[in-house]
Amino acid sequence: MSQNITTHTDKKLPLQGAGGADHAALADIFNKDEDRVNWHDETLWWIRAKRDLSVHKIPEWEALRDTASAIKNNVLSNLNSYLQQFEANAQANGIVIHWAADGAEHNAIVHSLIKKHNVTRMVKSKSMLTEELHLNEYLAENGIDVIDSDLGERIVQLAKEPPSHIVLPCIHKKKEEIGELFHQFLGTPAGNADPQFLTETARHHLRETFLSRKVALTGVNFAIAETGEFVVCTNEGNADMGAHLSDIHIASMGIEKIIPERKHLGVFLRLLTRSATGQPITTYSSHFSKPRDGQEMHIIIVDNGRTVQLGREDFRNSLKCIRCGACMNTCPVYRRSGGHSYHNAISGPIGAILAPNLDMEKYADLPFASTLCGSCSNVCPVKIDIHDQLYKWRQVIVQNGYAPTAKKLSMQAMATTLASPFAYHMAGKAGRLVMKYAPFALNNKLNPWYKQRDMPKPPDESFGEWYKKNRKAP
Amino acid sequence: MTVGLFIPCYVDQFYPGAAIATLQLLEKLGVNVVYPANQTCCGQPMANSGFEHLTGGCNELFIKNFAEFDYIVAPSGSCVLHIKHHIHDEKQPEKAASVSHKIYELTSFLTDVLKVTSLPAKFPHKVGMHQSCHGQRGLHLSQMTELVAPYYSKPGSLLNMVEGIELIELNRADECCGFGGTFCVAEEAVSVKMGKDRVADHLKHGAEYITGVDMSCLMHMEGILNRQGSKVKILHIAEILNGGPLNP
Amino acid sequence: MNQEIQNPANQKLPLQGAGGAREKILAAVLQNQPALQNLPDITFVKGDVEGAQERYITTLTTIGGKVFKVNSFDEIKALIPTHFDASKRVVSTLPQLSDIAELNQGEPIDPHSLEDIELSIIRAHFGIAENGSVWVTEDLMGQRVLPFICQHLAVVIDAENIVPTMHEAYQRIGLIKYGFGTFIAGPSKTADIEQSLVLGAHGPRSMTVFLLG
Repeated sequence: MSQNITTHTDKKLPLQGAGGADHAALADIFNKDEDRVNWHDETLWWIRAKRDLSVHKIPEWEALRDTASAIKNNVLSNLNSYLQQFEANAQANGIVIHWAADGAEHNAIVHSLIKKHNVTRMVKSKSMLTEELHLNEYLAENGIDVIDSDLGERIVQLAKEPPSHIVLPCIHKKKEEIGELFHQFLGTPAGNADPQFLTETARHHLRETFLSRKVALTGVNFAIAETGEFVVCTNEGNADMGAHLSDIHIASMGIEKIIPERKHLGVFLRLLTRSATGQPITTYSSHFSKPRDGQEMHIIIVDNGRTVQLGREDFRNSLKCIRCGACMNTCPVYRRSGGHSYHNAISGPIGAILAPNLDMEKYADLPFASTLCGSCSNVCPVKIDIHDQLYKWRQVIVQNGYAPTAKKLSMQAMATTLASPFAYHMAGKAGRLVMKYAPFALNNKLNPWYKQRDMPKPPDESFGEWYKKNRKAP
Repeated sequence: MTVGLFIPCYVDQFYPGAAIATLQLLEKLGVNVVYPANQTCCGQPMANSGFEHLTGGCNELFIKNFAEFDYIVAPSGSCVLHIKHHIHDEKQPEKAASVSHKIYELTSFLTDVLKVTSLPAKFPHKVGMHQSCHGQRGLHLSQMTELVAPYYSKPGSLLNMVEGIELIELNRADECCGFGGTFCVAEEAVSVKMGKDRVADHLKHGAEYITGVDMSCLMHMEGILNRQGSKVKILHIAEILNGGPLNP
Repeated sequence: MNQEIQNPANQKLPLQGAGGAREKILAAVLQNQPALQNLPDITFVKGDVEGAQERYITTLTTIGGKVFKVNSFDEIKALIPTHFDASKRVVSTLPQLSDIAELNQGEPIDPHSLEDIELSIIRAHFGIAENGSVWVTEDLMGQRVLPFICQHLAVVIDAENIVPTMHEAYQRIGLIKYGFGTFIAGPSKTADIEQSLVLGAHGPRSMTVFLLG
């Protein structure tokens, strides 16, 4: 065991997140302000509770989850033909289809469409895919001004931060901080943090944006192979305002967004928002089938590592994700570490099983940012075995030598907590040694266990010893 | 029927009382129990850290120690789940599979195999039941709040057989305590925060004791309680079902 | 292809045809997709038709909508001035309301010219009891942006056209062709600021449904 670990020490510790900090380090920073952690935890738990109330009104809920999971399994197993069917039907409807192998290709396509129409500004509704592909940064470098129209996304955009949650992008921000941003950028009075007032301000600010942008980009929630249409779900109506007022509507989608038939939307739309926020449905579930008269409609179908994930038998089910965010709301670690601690576009448990596929070295820490409690898998509307995949990613990451957390743990645990409960296993038969060294090794401020917790008091004898004295040996 | 008693290493070393209670309880219920002396570890700490490939020795030893028993019983949901899901041995796959099938967590053994309906135990105290995740979500010892399904609880039903016990309600019935094996030191800040929050829920509802099926979660919460100077005690469920902590 | 894209001076639309990303992606999908798994039967999921109308009213009210049961368009006409500022611009697709509203039945106009609408009144095909939404397709909207750009939205549906769940909704929709269709469930809203619910994010601040029976 120890030999195996020393082989890994030769490897350079990979740089992670901002300033090279990994999840544990970023979570440690987040936890410096306990009141804020409590507030974050309670806010997200409240959403989880709303989800519970909502799903318990649907007696067939578990059957719906099974069905959605089975539909998505079928999609993954027949994706090649569904993609072509979708493409053909969409083209027949007058939609232009583009394919992009990665972010660079996707971003270049968007840029070329904007340039073709001689504009320098675009309005964008929520698309986690474009976050993953860093579209905004790319377009900014190319002189294109992008305004995110989802209120939460606009707020983090003003703050120059990435979203911390896929459904609730600024869930980490307090209203006073948002009020300050609005004061700074939108001219609201200093100190006004009233959500009603701030939302009204954003409404006026973004209405001007919708009315003046010729190009609108939206995400895609579902793309229907059978009909070639795509569905975009929002509560704010920002995707619709952007799309219906634009001359060019661009929709970006990952290859996994396909569902086979229109009627399957009945299953997914029932699951999506109940899982996400407890709402029975989003305010708008818009089905785009053809461009408006005089409008251009483009769909960019993106791979960016998805086909690789499709080939990983243990991890391909992660592609069933419909981006409801339920796993984040329920995750006791996410709630107490914040979305930014995952240093990836998609945070939380689902992000932790998607990210290592994109860059195993950079995201080697994420599968370890979990207690494997399993709540994520239970709330997942498409029944992704998230916590089992976290376990499996740990094995893959260690086998590939990208095990900063595991390595760090082993080194720390071996060195400073040799006598911790785990040391028993690591030290093999040295069980009694554990006890001998326990007080010395453990009453030490460098030991992460002891920092905020006491160790159990060593008993006079172990169970093994007691048994030998009190029962006849077998 | 002969039961092989598997006592997780940290229980053996730090909480012999829980192990003795498990043994005595099973004996009281008429079971012939044997504790193989050469047992060490299920291998979970390594596997959960990504080093499952190094657990071959543990698996081999476990099979050697336990393959011949009718049942294997352990007072830990987490270790049982690990054996159930991850034990394998290319040289003796049938034996590995058989071990995986006949291993039981204590409360499910009492409920599903012995079909216990009453217990000669008294424990007149307010008790908070911690749902350890691996037992609950992994071994389905009780219903989970995320699912739309009828309520049941194997450990809860057993505790309700104890005279005088008052089980308290919690705000979050089955939130993880944050122990998480290696997580407890690798992610120290979040682990401790989760533990503090879990303990606070029990304290708010007046628990005198916190119990559960996994000593590891309880050890983590005990560490926090003791650091806070709390008088609230932790007890493994076997100790309550056996009629309270032993007086050494 | 990567090289071509990384050179900003030479930014061309990537080839959509042979040799491009399309073939690369489809080949990778084909190679990596698992063995075929059958589609499940979804006919087992059905809602309860009994009491659907009352459930619809309750649900829509819960999510911030208003419902009026009416017997005629005259009743609707009488309700409009008492509940909306009828002195401002009111647009409808319904000829029955042409004396209280500006009629727009899809004439080709610049959608931006609709930005000052106070109230849009449209028809919907049906409502869904489980979530309070109505299903509207482009032909009922006149302009796609009409139900979104207005300050307030009113929708007329026949009282008998309430289905229990989304499954019945899609059964009704079938494979009918439309350019654009949407489920609308209540006013536009957001809770992005500390989860405080605010009605009227970008679209209508209110949604009123007239159940015509």
